[in-house]
Amino acid sequence: MIVSPLIEITDLRIRFHGDDGRITHAVDGVDLSVANGATLGLVGESGCGKSVTSLAIMGLLPKQSAEISGAIRFDGFDLLKTPDQMLRDLRGNRLAMIFQEPMTSLNPSFTIGDQIIETILRHRGGSRKSARERAVELLRRVHIPSPERRIDEYPHKLSGGMRQRVMIAMALACDPRLLIADEPTTALDVTLQAQILELMRELKAASGAAIILITHDLGVVAEVCDEVAVMYAGEIVERAPVDELFSAPQHPYTVGLLGSIPRLDHRAEQLATIEGMVPNMAQPPDGCRFAARCPFVLDACTKTPPPLIEVSQNHLSRCIRAPLERLVS
Amino acid sequence: MALLEVNGLVKHFVAERSLFGRALAHVKAVDGVSFSLEAGKTLALVGESGCGKSTVSRLVLRLIEPDAGTIRFEGRNLLSLDASALRAFRREAQIIFQDPYASLNPRMTVGQILTEPLALHGLVPVAQRRERVAELLRLVGLEPRLARRYPHEFSGGQRQRIAIARALAVEPKLIVCDEPVSALDVSIRSQILNLLRELQDRLGLAYIFVSHDLAVVKHIADHVAVMNLGQIVETAEADALFSAPSHPYSRALLSAIPVPKPQAKRSRIVLQGEIPSALNPPPGCRFHTRCPYVVERCRTEMPQLVPDGIGHATACHRTSELPSSAAIVPSDGGFSPVLEKLVAAFSGGPEAVRGSGVHSLGTDPAYSQNRG
Repeated sequence: MIVSPLIEITDLRIRFHGDDGRITHAVDGVDLSVANGATLGLVGESGCGKSVTSLAIMGLLPKQSAEISGAIRFDGFDLLKTPDQMLRDLRGNRLAMIFQEPMTSLNPSFTIGDQIIETILRHRGGSRKSARERAVELLRRVHIPSPERRIDEYPHKLSGGMRQRVMIAMALACDPRLLIADEPTTALDVTLQAQILELMRELKAASGAAIILITHDLGVVAEVCDEVAVMYAGEIVERAPVDELFSAPQHPYTVGLLGSIPRLDHRAEQLATIEGMVPNMAQPPDGCRFAARCPFVLDACTKTPPPLIEVSQNHLSRCIRAPLERLVS
Repeated sequence: MALLEVNGLVKHFVAERSLFGRALAHVKAVDGVSFSLEAGKTLALVGESGCGKSTVSRLVLRLIEPDAGTIRFEGRNLLSLDASALRAFRREAQIIFQDPYASLNPRMTVGQILTEPLALHGLVPVAQRRERVAELLRLVGLEPRLARRYPHEFSGGQRQRIAIARALAVEPKLIVCDEPVSALDVSIRSQILNLLRELQDRLGLAYIFVSHDLAVVKHIADHVAVMNLGQIVETAEADALFSAPSHPYSRALLSAIPVPKPQAKRSRIVLQGEIPSALNPPPGCRFHTRCPYVVERCRTEMPQLVPDGIGHATACHRTSELPSSAAIVPSDGGFSPVLEKLVAAFSGGPEAVRGSGVHSLGTDPAYSQNRG
């Protein structure tokens, strides 16, 4: 399916060394790739390792406490071995990221124009005047009304939706090849969320950039992603084209997640719940990490860690009971 | 008689004062809101941030004082209650908040947190309080031995259960739930939603449910009031609203719900323009600056909430002229047949898997489909 991936992550492992000497396995053997122009959804609950994975791609993890191994190949580089100076050239240029909090990720003491222009000058050079023109153009692209005037405003004058659009404009300043969006709409109202998702689709169509969308909202995933990777306790437990994931999931955790969201067209008295808690990642369990919470568990599940197997073409599951249809027919 | 009847509620906050303390500008947070709520039912308040939904929820508990309007709880006028009568009223109505990390005192054990309301209202003799705390914890699905622990030892979902137990301690008739699941992960969210529903059935509670998550609202609410800039623009039975929203604002709101179905059929209405400030709401209909159906009359004359024959009320001059809204709310098509069986098996536990799938579907009451 994937001819030559834009970004290819192999066997990514991230361990955090805590002050108390404890080692937390935040990400454990993640393989991922995204093709040019594709959107990958990275889904999972708090602490599953999805945001840490994205920070590793951006080279933003603290060197002192995070121990990273594996490879992240992007555009001819192995990002994990790239010197800081070169990473700084890539970030904001060919690699860009949008964060969840549009309130805290803009500097309150500079105008939004200054902040976008700084990015353009840093990576593209040229005159301040031409950078300013480009900044106005970018603000117009993300549908900020009267951008010529807005460009000189400070972040506090803008609403949450506007700030998120400024963040997107800044991320797009140098036409990135890969855009990582970490919960870009979580802090927004549903009407604004619709605007931002619409905008992301539009921009993808126009620029052909690849997107990694990190979210816990499966509705958002269904709207914008081509492919989905579900993470649980630092591992990818399922990976599939978006249609298949939603119609025939192959990992029990995904089944639980899909069953736990209220549907508009299906009135259930009770929603599905996933009993128990995520395992302590300082001492991950021996076998399958979901075994303790899994209603489909077998003895074998608790003995050895299950491999990620291909259940059908392009559909991978880390469950020895897959294909799951067998269990219910 | 309705449990709660609210009429013409108004709350303006002072946004700016002159040097001498004279009010210069007001935020019109709530501007003429009326609704009623029956015992044992759920009313959801929905709308964008700043629409006044949380302010309304605090006004009906008299946590803040309204500037005008009346609030009747079981027929009594809440606004005329003196301090001791108000304290007695606090037994009848409770609140749970969005952030379970901020709403529990970190220096008190769970046992102390749950004993406090019992002691304040003199509800349970001292000797029996420990037993009552255990009972409350069991009611919300926690083990009684956890009473000795402190809030920081619990996860977000467990803390929200403790907050619910605290609200239940005084055996209220009404609980205001202000975004109770917004801070929780999806799988935990479903546990809390199930719990709230179960408690409602068992204890006959009424809920005012404030949320911006419309799929959750559809799941839990009997009635919905859609708010925009301090006013209710539409109110209806949940099923009626979700099958055919009438007000242009409700249409836009419901059309934007992200649904967990790739390539879902939808006709999304993307609103143009910014939300006007509640400091200076536009004259006429407060939605007219963003409304795709705006006419001249909307800019000058404020529309009133007009009910149709079956309790579906809309505040729009053009209600009868607007196109059909039948296809506005996106369809998620429910579960695929495979997913339906898998979810049933997942919820049914190990027995459901070993037995035949069809059988487990039939015996699990949770998934007897009751389409609304």
